[in-house]
Amino acid sequence: MSNTLNFDLVVVGGGPAGMAAALSARDNGIPEENIIILERAETLGGILEQCIHTGFGLHYFGEELSGPEYAHKFIEQVENTKIAVKTDTMVLNITDDNHVICSNKNDGLIEIKAKAIILAMGCRERPRGALDIAGSRPAGVMSAGAAQKFVNIDGYMPGKEVVILGSGDIGLIMARRMTLEGAKVKVVCEVMPYSGGLQRNIVQCLEDFDIPLRLSCTVIKVHGKERVEGVTIANVDEHMLPIPGTEEYIPCDTVLLSVGLIPENELSNQINLEMDPVTRGPKVNEMRETSHKGVFACGNVLQVHDLVDYVTLESQIAGKGAAQYINGVTAEKFAYCKGINGVRYTVPQKINIEQKEEVKIYFRVANVYKDKRIVVKLNDEVIIDKKKKKLAPGEMENVAIKPEILEKLKADDQIVVSIEEG
Amino acid sequence: MVYDVAIIGAGVVGTLTARALSEYNYNVVILEKTSDVAMGTTKANSGIVHAGFDAKNGSLKAKLNVQGCNMMENLCKMLYVPYEKNGSLVVAFSENEIETIKELYNRGINNGVPDMEIIDQKKLREIEPNISENAVGALWAKSAGIVSPYELAIAAAECAVLNGVNFERNFAVNNITKKDDIFQLECKCGKKVEARVVINAAGLYADTIANIWNGEKFNIIPRLGEYGLLDRGCASLASHTIFQCPNEMGKGILVTPTAHHNILVGPSAVNVEEKDDLSVRVGALREVFSKANKSVPAVSMRDMITSFAGLRAHLDTDDFYIEPSKTDNAFINLIGIESPGLASSPAIAEYVKEMVLKVSPTDKKADWNPSRRKPVVFRELSKAEQESLIENNPDYAKIICRCETITEGEIRDAIRAPFGAIDVDGVKRRTRAGMGRCQGGFCGSKVMEILSEELGKPINEINKFGGNSDIIYERTK
Amino acid sequence: MIKELTCVACPLGCPLVATIENGEVVDVKGNTCKRGAEYAKTECTHPVRSLTTTAKVNGGSSYVVPVKSSVAMPKEKLFEAMKVINSTTIDAPVHIGDVVVSNILGLDVDIIATNEVK
Repeated sequence: MSNTLNFDLVVVGGGPAGMAAALSARDNGIPEENIIILERAETLGGILEQCIHTGFGLHYFGEELSGPEYAHKFIEQVENTKIAVKTDTMVLNITDDNHVICSNKNDGLIEIKAKAIILAMGCRERPRGALDIAGSRPAGVMSAGAAQKFVNIDGYMPGKEVVILGSGDIGLIMARRMTLEGAKVKVVCEVMPYSGGLQRNIVQCLEDFDIPLRLSCTVIKVHGKERVEGVTIANVDEHMLPIPGTEEYIPCDTVLLSVGLIPENELSNQINLEMDPVTRGPKVNEMRETSHKGVFACGNVLQVHDLVDYVTLESQIAGKGAAQYINGVTAEKFAYCKGINGVRYTVPQKINIEQKEEVKIYFRVANVYKDKRIVVKLNDEVIIDKKKKKLAPGEMENVAIKPEILEKLKADDQIVVSIEEG
Repeated sequence: MVYDVAIIGAGVVGTLTARALSEYNYNVVILEKTSDVAMGTTKANSGIVHAGFDAKNGSLKAKLNVQGCNMMENLCKMLYVPYEKNGSLVVAFSENEIETIKELYNRGINNGVPDMEIIDQKKLREIEPNISENAVGALWAKSAGIVSPYELAIAAAECAVLNGVNFERNFAVNNITKKDDIFQLECKCGKKVEARVVINAAGLYADTIANIWNGEKFNIIPRLGEYGLLDRGCASLASHTIFQCPNEMGKGILVTPTAHHNILVGPSAVNVEEKDDLSVRVGALREVFSKANKSVPAVSMRDMITSFAGLRAHLDTDDFYIEPSKTDNAFINLIGIESPGLASSPAIAEYVKEMVLKVSPTDKKADWNPSRRKPVVFRELSKAEQESLIENNPDYAKIICRCETITEGEIRDAIRAPFGAIDVDGVKRRTRAGMGRCQGGFCGSKVMEILSEELGKPINEINKFGGNSDIIYERTK
Repeated sequence: MIKELTCVACPLGCPLVATIENGEVVDVKGNTCKRGAEYAKTECTHPVRSLTTTAKVNGGSSYVVPVKSSVAMPKEKLFEAMKVINSTTIDAPVHIGDVVVSNILGLDVDIIATNEVK
């Protein structure tokens, strides 16, 4: 290819994950001029640019910031370094020998030869098509995130009378946002018996505005030929199938969907990374290295996070891991982590037995639990046992494996995280 | 101006007929009720080029299907339309059904279908490894294929326009009169078009149009078909078009690859009342998938990226009806063009062309172009081809739809094309932007921006598919 | 009187139990931090919320800029504040922290920009 560049580290994605990873690689010894961030949007910042509500940064910065403010703290840092940034640039593919092929209007096709690659592409929203919603396909059905972009970035209203399906945080946040801008949000339906969003968002986004939240309820049919005219909602049974006789017609012109996020792993699949069927992201070790040597992953492309603060922390690990890899450190023998008994998955999925520094294992639970214990076993020995008042699927949990435990690790040891009776 | 021919309806039949007529010295106009081509039955069907063994011996369906299937490959090559001769299988699950496929085989022989074979379980599993273990044999028709139906209509329309055919969008014919050998076709909006010959290719509404003209009665029954489309990651589940044995409502549930390598599952078949209600019924998809699992157990709703419904224009006689009206030879009715209408469409176009030539003879044009501009499909090009493309036009370096790798250049091409896209769905059908697994969640607003720029319209006037399908309303402030 | 609340001060969302006597909160249980106790006190007497929205930009690279209230404001004033913000236009360039509306509705709360607009 005529347009070829060489970098130690290529970071795919310039959102909070990509920026934190690039800065961390620099902090861990990679010369900043040898790092490049590729971002498909016009600016750095990723999805935070449209998340104008506050609630970001309490853990990491100790202050409550809006999405753009949180992003800006990292954008400023990146701009004050010699880290190369190409915006408006889409990565087309990654080769087996870690070359990144990307494209933009200024440079055309570029091939970047990299020693290491960090995948930080984020996630996307599950679309209507993936759901069993009957009815027509008019305009006015969109993901909550798409509506968020129209309102917060472009300054347009996507509807006036709204039904929201899914009580994930984006759905809740958009219920408030649309209401403040003059729309009427008629109901938020959640197919599960509990909300997938944070309790505080149910209070300040729904209850504050008297927006009803219907649990174990879903949209079964969309009505309207050209633009949405209404929906039929119905309660669902324990198999999440609609219960006949509970149907209710609600007139509306807009349906917003907040029905789950899926890691954006087109590139990961292209290079045949070993994937975790639960997270739908790559399997990684404690430094967030994937099954492909020199390819790391962090942020929502790895596992969908609840708080951006955790994305930042995870990405700093990946940046450090990539820096170590570039400097010749590789891992060969691992202990393996898994979740059972209500623990849906763990990240990382394996730990290098040579690791000396504390490793946090992140996980999510399968249900809402009260007064339980989180128990971690190394092979059959209990190494962590802590009480937990409340656990919910919407919130990421973690346990820290201390250096004195890591010291004992042997190849193929099993670290098992489970939920036990209080 | 008085047109020589007016065609009512811009489905695959109307547009291919326009293209066929554009080879001759006719002034042709297509009158389309909606704002784009391929908006009716053409938009939502299985995309199958049937081999032609289903239709009764001696029927018009049998004749035109076999001819059309035979013409399709070349036509698609000429018009740059995705097509693949993947072959079809009618699978038998019992000894009784083996008898049925033997009947189909014999009917096929009589209809003139080439390259058929009855295969046993072993051979079936060899050529289609994911087929159910309960399948005992199949009729393999190697001449059957798959085509992108809406792209065929779009390509035919582009070719027709290149050769001088005119288009009237949003022209819903609601009155037809004749004076001094000239038909007056009136639109709901008041606009009028005059023509010497009228071709009624109005699909589901062909009975209404025939009735408007001279009171002739036909009874088109809209027959709903519901489909689920799977992620491209499932492409290996089926390589042939897999039918079950046919029943009185049609060819049953099929599992097939599409011309774009998704797996399509469906259709249901149920007669409905309304011709403009494309609603999927509650619970219908679960039923479609459960029936499909009889042939291919591994197809699953979990892999679905979208679902849709289409309506077939079913005529109670169960055959195509292509005849001049009872009162006037210059008014040609095409009625009941349901499956295998797509497979037959190239032959229907020729058939109708001959009818027009009889009513109003004329010569061929010297400079007819049977093709169209070759669309750029960035993702299918080699790196070197991509580079040289970008060198001439950097718009091809910007990816707008990341699921399907569609560039800004391709989207601008689709808008600037003859009879180009004017809305988001129009861009989607022409370029595939928004057809991938995120279903336009990411690229939808970018496509709107490009449409707004190209058409010189504010972004909130860009809609999904014409009419009142507005996507966004007024400014927030 | 006993009142059960969910703290909205941070994403933890602690379940709080406030004891109210003579219109004053005398005890708060369930909070993990000091902010929780403060939240319960104001929530039971004069509830306040932060407001985040956008304001129109004049001559900038984007049509709107995101804004937030400098501190939380009385809950019942949110819609009134929206009206004021929606009728305000700020000239580009805009920087994070720029005051878009000062002392909105006389509440001692400023509306400030939370992103950069060129």
